[in-house]
Amino acid sequence: MSVGERDPHTGHAMTGHEWNGIKELNTPVPKPVWFFLTATVLFSVVYWVLMPAWPLGVTYTKGLLGIDQRTRVAGDLEKAAMKRATWTGKIEDMDLSTIQADAPLMQIVREAGPALFGDNCAVCHGTDARGGKGYPNLTDTAWLWGGDPETVAETIRVGINASHDETRVSQMPALGRDQILDRNAVLNVVSYVQSLSDSALATGGQADAVAAGKEVFADNCAACHGEDGRGSIDMGAPNLTDGFWIYGGDRQSVFSTVWGGRQGTMPAWESRLTLVDRKILTLYLLDLGSVRQ
Amino acid sequence: MASLLTKNERQLALGISILLALVGLAMAGAGDDRAYAAHGILIMVFGVGTAFLTISGYHAPEPPEGRLAQYYDDPSKVGIVLAMGWAVFGMFIGDWVAWLLAYPEMTFDAAWSSFGRLRPVHTTGVIFGFGGNALIATSFHVMQRTSRARMPDQLSPWFVLLGYNLFCILAVSGYFMGLTQSKEYAEPEWYADIWLVIVWVTYLVLYLRTLARRQEPHIYVANWYYLAFILVVAVLHIVNNLAMPISLTQAKSYSAFAGVQDAMTQWWYGHNAVAFFLTAGFLGMLYYYLPKRAGRPIYSYRMSILGFWGITFFYMWAGSHHLHYTALPQWVQTLGMTFSVMLLVPSWLAAANALLTLNGAWHKVRDDATLRFMMVAALFYGLSTFEGSFMAIRPVNSLSHYTDWTVGHVHAGALGWVALITFGSIYAVVPWLWKRQGMYSAKLVEAHFWLALVGTLIYVFAMWNSGIIQGLMWRTYNESGTLAYSFIDSLIAMHPYYVARAIGGLFFLIGAVIGSYNIWMTVRATREDSREPIADRPVPAVARDRALQSGE
Repeated sequence: MSVGERDPHTGHAMTGHEWNGIKELNTPVPKPVWFFLTATVLFSVVYWVLMPAWPLGVTYTKGLLGIDQRTRVAGDLEKAAMKRATWTGKIEDMDLSTIQADAPLMQIVREAGPALFGDNCAVCHGTDARGGKGYPNLTDTAWLWGGDPETVAETIRVGINASHDETRVSQMPALGRDQILDRNAVLNVVSYVQSLSDSALATGGQADAVAAGKEVFADNCAACHGEDGRGSIDMGAPNLTDGFWIYGGDRQSVFSTVWGGRQGTMPAWESRLTLVDRKILTLYLLDLGSVRQ
Repeated sequence: MASLLTKNERQLALGISILLALVGLAMAGAGDDRAYAAHGILIMVFGVGTAFLTISGYHAPEPPEGRLAQYYDDPSKVGIVLAMGWAVFGMFIGDWVAWLLAYPEMTFDAAWSSFGRLRPVHTTGVIFGFGGNALIATSFHVMQRTSRARMPDQLSPWFVLLGYNLFCILAVSGYFMGLTQSKEYAEPEWYADIWLVIVWVTYLVLYLRTLARRQEPHIYVANWYYLAFILVVAVLHIVNNLAMPISLTQAKSYSAFAGVQDAMTQWWYGHNAVAFFLTAGFLGMLYYYLPKRAGRPIYSYRMSILGFWGITFFYMWAGSHHLHYTALPQWVQTLGMTFSVMLLVPSWLAAANALLTLNGAWHKVRDDATLRFMMVAALFYGLSTFEGSFMAIRPVNSLSHYTDWTVGHVHAGALGWVALITFGSIYAVVPWLWKRQGMYSAKLVEAHFWLALVGTLIYVFAMWNSGIIQGLMWRTYNESGTLAYSFIDSLIAMHPYYVARAIGGLFFLIGAVIGSYNIWMTVRATREDSREPIADRPVPAVARDRALQSGE
């Protein structure tokens, strides 16, 4: 092929190169390409002049606009905090029970609560706060450590069996595994515990076991759960008579609990969430519970 | 296979295999952790395997002189089969991961099948397994044709191809066992990295030696791109993987970089892996197979030059756009953003050069699914380079970053551009390599094309939707100035799109399976096309002289 040959289809000149049958046209670069190349380079040069851009040894060109992403984000955060300050101050200062009576503030709690709960609590307690096996339902009437606003807020602050210095501490001993009770005694006390919320058991085929279990209970369990099995919010010992179960109320689950013990953990939130956030969570939960009931 | 090597090459091959097996044995024996020892056994088995392959033809007579009058295509053939194998494997894992994101229980409570392990198996399987093998196979084919010279020896292409696959196997099996140095797209540990350096330098030397033997006055554009791919990937791989092993008998190592320097090195690597592995290499493919299949000259030599130097120069600066609004100093972000914007022009230049090359051949695009694969690939190349430059602009990035939009963008490039140009090129080259009249079934090529296109579109549209919704949900505030949605709210909103994405991926996977079947049937077909094109030969006399000097 000779130089000067033209492509019959386009009429463009060819370069005269050929590789394994592939030829090339010598078509000039279209004008718009130069235009866009110039435009993007110009845009870049202008941007470099205005913004932090080129390194100069230990420093860099700061840009005519004097924009710095660190000061900008600090400013944005401050602005956002200012916007929220109209109500965060009130929530910080006011009593929880007073806020509960303040409709506009409770409106904000209902707005802010779901995202706070979803990002921090839902992993264990579920997006609907109804809990799951091992994680208490937060919308029912049963509270391990008490359900008044101040107490709930305190539980969130220090956690349960957490790393906080003032954390709430509670443990159900492994009565079977640690050989405090023999297998028979465990089975009996399981029957008794179940009978507390299911009175039919006390008169049915298990009546003997329930009666035997009652004595075991009085000797080993009543110290925490109380003579009547109604629990103690001072020790975080659950009420066994109300039909609410954290680890399940079927015979196998109750047996596992008595045999192997339990020691659930809830993290302390004092160092992770602000006081305002913790108060919002408290109020949001109590509000959720009262709506659901 | 071994009987086609010269006697010297057989000796060398045996020596390398035994050395490899011994290194594997030492690693297995001295290894302090089980995964490292397992890798030792794997390397040993691989070495023993290649030793047996060599021994099987060890005492065969010298291969006939006549071979020097032909191109050496056996490694390309094996490479294409391997590429399709990796494609099916990598895309299967990819679709599994996609379903896993929609239905988390699909991890089946096993450590090896957790998301964190499957995800790099998918990315390595498709990028390095499928893409890398396709690049090696086609580069061998293209460099010989466009240089009109046979490869200088017969051992180094096998060393490159098989050694590279050993690296891929080490990488993927390592992830399953929990081995990773936690650098995206550079997960394999130090010993696998060192092995890849040896393989890759051999690749570079092989490419340069072939080019040096060329019988053409000029070096064709495809070779510029292939060479840029090989050279820059070597540099990227070595720098980003600089690390100190905690012991020679353990897999774990610590990077030479820390903090934001580590992040910057990683994304300089990561973005240039996109640039030089997934772009330059596949542009090399495009520049050979598209004009060849279309039977048209390249539209503009000048656009080729401007595109090549623009792409190689601008890409090098763009990596920092992965770290917008982070601890990375803002001036580095500025450079990353502005160079990404300028990069759009040469990228579109390359895409336009490819599409304009089809002038006069559009009727072929309509009728020929193979050429249509390449045409649509060029369109997706244009689309995803535009999207990439757009997403590199800081305010846009503040919405798109960390969302599925990024995932959609990557797959517009990976499925729409990289995989489609590869399938198109493979459908073009398979009949040439195996000397067949055409593919086993043109209808299956057509079916593959539509499955791949529909799959890609479903995938990309699903991720655009989910990414933008995600980004908007994360920045939506209530009247009172608090976040309107929790993270899990956005996750629940993503569910339908995740299902759609997995369905799109399934279409693409089925297409790849059909393609593999079609290729396999073409390879097995017995109807040889005896009319070998006369042009498909190196310059014989010269090739013989040179080959005698170098390999024997």
